[in-house]
Amino acid sequence: MVVDELSDSEIDNIFHALADATRRDIFKQAMSREQSVSELARRYAMSFAAVQKHVAVLERAMLITKEKRGREQIVHSNPELLRRATELLDAYQDIWRGRTERIEEILFEPEREVES
Amino acid sequence: MSVISTQKDTEKLTLEFVAEFAAPVQRVWQIWEDPRQLERWWGPPTWPATFTRHELSVGGESRYFMSGPAGEKSAGWWKTTAVNAPTLLEFDDGFAGEDGEPSGYLGTTHCVVTLEQAGEETRMITTSYFESLEQLEEMVKMGMQDGMSLAMGQIDALLV
Repeated sequence: MVVDELSDSEIDNIFHALADATRRDIFKQAMSREQSVSELARRYAMSFAAVQKHVAVLERAMLITKEKRGREQIVHSNPELLRRATELLDAYQDIWRGRTERIEEILFEPEREVES
Repeated sequence: MSVISTQKDTEKLTLEFVAEFAAPVQRVWQIWEDPRQLERWWGPPTWPATFTRHELSVGGESRYFMSGPAGEKSAGWWKTTAVNAPTLLEFDDGFAGEDGEPSGYLGTTHCVVTLEQAGEETRMITTSYFESLEQLEEMVKMGMQDGMSLAMGQIDALLV
């Protein structure tokens, strides 16, 4: 999947998927390590079917992927999205690095010290 | 180098950026409060920012635009949601249309700035909260414009 080319409806799906606390938590679990739906279901005070529905919503939003392994369904986070998030946060961090340098220049201007 | 630490949360899409400056808290506050100082550092050198409105009081609005080398403009807005001079500033930040007013495009980001004395220095912690990857991407584009600051930042990181 190419994250750069998300359509409006795909973005809507992601927003909808992450608008729920349980789904955010499931997503977080899936990011920390792959695990089965039944393993996930044990974490929450809700039925297996309810957890399975939440997983399906996350899957539709392409935040996670599911694969059958024997009788289990294994949930993974979508590494592509994660990589994209890391890249963009790195870039934003560099923006702040640039801002910090410019702030320093302003703070240590000799003339401004005379003024103040 | 005055950058102390950064912390990324790829799940919640937040970035905490900590820097220290050898200046008093009150002085560092001025670079946020005074629009003439703020516009000298907010945008990259090739895309300087101009703040046409800047009200650091709760509910106060700011408007700015950034001007590119070929006369292009990209505009944004802030709304101050919490302020306690000279140590705390919180604001929502979003994209503006050609009229300079909020366009609603891609929602809003939130930024929390705290200034605290750390020995002889002032520690500035800025935490940015993004709603989506797409929004973060647009903010990165707007903050970087020509991609040069990205390259510079990377060179900088190598030298430290």
